[in-house]
Amino acid sequence: MKAMKRLIALALLVAAWSPLLAQPAFAQLKVFACEPEWGALTQELGGDKVSVYNATTALQDPHYIEAKPSLIARVRSADLVVCTGSDLEVGWMPVLLAQSGNARVQPGAAGYLEAAPLVPRLEIPKVLDRSLGDIHPGGNPHVHLDPRNIAKVAEVLRDRLMQIDAPNEAFYKSRTAAFLQRWAEATRRWELQAAPLRGMGMVTYHKNLSYLNQWLGLREVGALEPKPGVPPAPAHLADLVGRMQVEPAKVILYSAYNNSQAAQFLSDRTKIPVVMLPYTVGGSDRAKDLFGLFDDTLARLRAVFK
Amino acid sequence: MYRRTLLAAALAAALAGPGTAAAVTDAEVKELREQVRHIKQDYEKRIDALEQRLKQAEAVAGKAQAAAVSAEAAASSASTRPAGENAFNPAVSLILNGVLANLSQDPARHQITGLSPTGGEAGPGSRGLNLSETELVFSATIDPNFRGTLIAALAPDNSIAVEEGYIQGIGLAHGLGFKAGRFYSSVGYQNEIHAHARDFADAPLASKVFLGNQLADDGMRLSWVAPTDTFVELGAEIGRGRSFPGTNRDKNGAGAGNLFARLGGDIGASTAWRLGLSHLRTTAQNRSYDDLDSTGTQVNNSFNGASRLWVLDGVLKWAPNGNSTYSHFKLQGEYFRRNESGNLTYDTAAASLGTQRDSYRSAQSGWYAQGVYQFMPRWRVGYRYDRLNAGTVNLGLVDSGTLTAADFPVLTKYNPTRNTLMFDFSPSHFSRLRLQFASDKSRLGVTDNQVFLQYIMSLGAHGAHKF
Repeated sequence: MKAMKRLIALALLVAAWSPLLAQPAFAQLKVFACEPEWGALTQELGGDKVSVYNATTALQDPHYIEAKPSLIARVRSADLVVCTGSDLEVGWMPVLLAQSGNARVQPGAAGYLEAAPLVPRLEIPKVLDRSLGDIHPGGNPHVHLDPRNIAKVAEVLRDRLMQIDAPNEAFYKSRTAAFLQRWAEATRRWELQAAPLRGMGMVTYHKNLSYLNQWLGLREVGALEPKPGVPPAPAHLADLVGRMQVEPAKVILYSAYNNSQAAQFLSDRTKIPVVMLPYTVGGSDRAKDLFGLFDDTLARLRAVFK
Repeated sequence: MYRRTLLAAALAAALAGPGTAAAVTDAEVKELREQVRHIKQDYEKRIDALEQRLKQAEAVAGKAQAAAVSAEAAASSASTRPAGENAFNPAVSLILNGVLANLSQDPARHQITGLSPTGGEAGPGSRGLNLSETELVFSATIDPNFRGTLIAALAPDNSIAVEEGYIQGIGLAHGLGFKAGRFYSSVGYQNEIHAHARDFADAPLASKVFLGNQLADDGMRLSWVAPTDTFVELGAEIGRGRSFPGTNRDKNGAGAGNLFARLGGDIGASTAWRLGLSHLRTTAQNRSYDDLDSTGTQVNNSFNGASRLWVLDGVLKWAPNGNSTYSHFKLQGEYFRRNESGNLTYDTAAASLGTQRDSYRSAQSGWYAQGVYQFMPRWRVGYRYDRLNAGTVNLGLVDSGTLTAADFPVLTKYNPTRNTLMFDFSPSHFSRLRLQFASDKSRLGVTDNQVFLQYIMSLGAHGAHKF
């Protein structure tokens, strides 16, 4: 037991010294982004003043991530955590925060930002019951596919960056202003490009395209998942094939992180074209940043009409 | 149009002045006046009507705007819970768990030969249909500094046990973590994982014999995560050592201590890993177990002394591009090594050959390795191999010739093994059905063929996706 006490004392000593080891004076702001869209947005606003770590990629389903060791290590040293919220990360983010020992990024601190609560959310369930699938009490969390939401989040994110990294306040301010201007122009361009798509019926894989639908006026006429979070099953797909004969969709959409099998199955039987959407930054070669994400999304949707 | 012309004429007449007015007769003037009055009245009515409509329209628009504002407010406030005395209720979840067991051997005669019985849940449970432990979980933030969790286990025999009940520091800086209360010890990998979140219906043999199935002590833990990109965690626990391998004692201070170190990271986007080393030290006082001695009498023996356990654990998880939804693979293994030294008292109740005490020294080990593969969404298959090494046990009573090895049949040198095969299906994120087959050679000379059919369901607050 004596040896144990000595070891504990040693551990405490090391821990007390750790902040000195951790933070060189010229360091960039360390940002932990739960999803690539928020990582990309932070990069747009922070430029070379921030060092962004994306916890997930476009090929991963943000609902089903485990609190793996590498993520604990990254949250531990983060100055700012940017997540979606609305329970999207409910399975893993609380574990990471609890294990990180990082007071700066706990909910309520300046270093913790959730995007979804900043924008009006769709599909807030009136009834909370898991018989309806894996629903989110706070509403559909996949808010980033409406560029107007990105702009709203950008303003709050800018304020947080300015608050946490006060010496670079002016930098974030001017960079965000420039970004928002380019973003507004791009949004207008995308809206013009998308005009012919208005009213187009689509089948989605998961309910992760609702904000895109609302923005562009697409109509969701079916989903490959029988209920949110429940994988496509043969009986449901057969039912969907029948419904497509009555009310055919123009396109079947799935995201980069979804398997194409179910979409392909429905397409083979209904002759409705299948389109893979990048869903977030990194989901396709062209979706290198947020501009590329929407450019590519619209190009893929418009291709349905050609 | 007609009225407008008339109005224009009237205005023209009025503007023309008295000079021209004199040219018209009084009767004509009177008629004109009458017409103008009519027109005025008519227009006033129409203007009134228009004003009324405008007001109504404005009111409607105002309402619509107010509705829009309140809708937005409702939308943005929906994630916060409604006010009232319920608003601060903790997150509650319940785990329901049941099993159908088919065992070829009588579970009452179950024994893991070669290693001291632990007094924990070492056996495979009862035959037939059983309700397993139902877990009730409450957790919430207490204040800006603490978080509290209670996990109560409602056992099928209608008893309630506190599985875990602890407070946790939140918002500690510099990577520090703090826990106090009763919690599953950070010894090895699987000890911290609740039964319902495990990949097999029962614990590895090594957990059963070295940790009494699962070690939850009353104590404190301090841990520290290093400020590095590779995960490095160091931690220390002190506890009362209330259960196997320690025993409850009337003593001030700590009765058990555990030190652990963990290292983890990613290999590309597809693979994540963690390695751990832990060292548990405790002392046991009158840690007793029953055995049948050479006369065939059931005797109670007890151990007093120090117990030191080393555990080396490793986990590796793979999923294509880190997307575990469709397929993934998990490889997990732990190696345990225990040294105990002290003395062993034979027949504490003097039921057979009389109470006698002499030295006891043992060096024993065990390990398991398991792999679980999800080959399509919702379906998994897993295999586990268990092995224990009775190692060396030096009994002073036998060495001195006072008693013979036949008086301690449980400690007969034997290396128990078990092969386990598991299939499970998860209809959703919150439910799982499992079928498990095992060929258990825990007891010397006996093979227990076991079949388990199990359900595990969780309701209420969303569980944590622990690594």
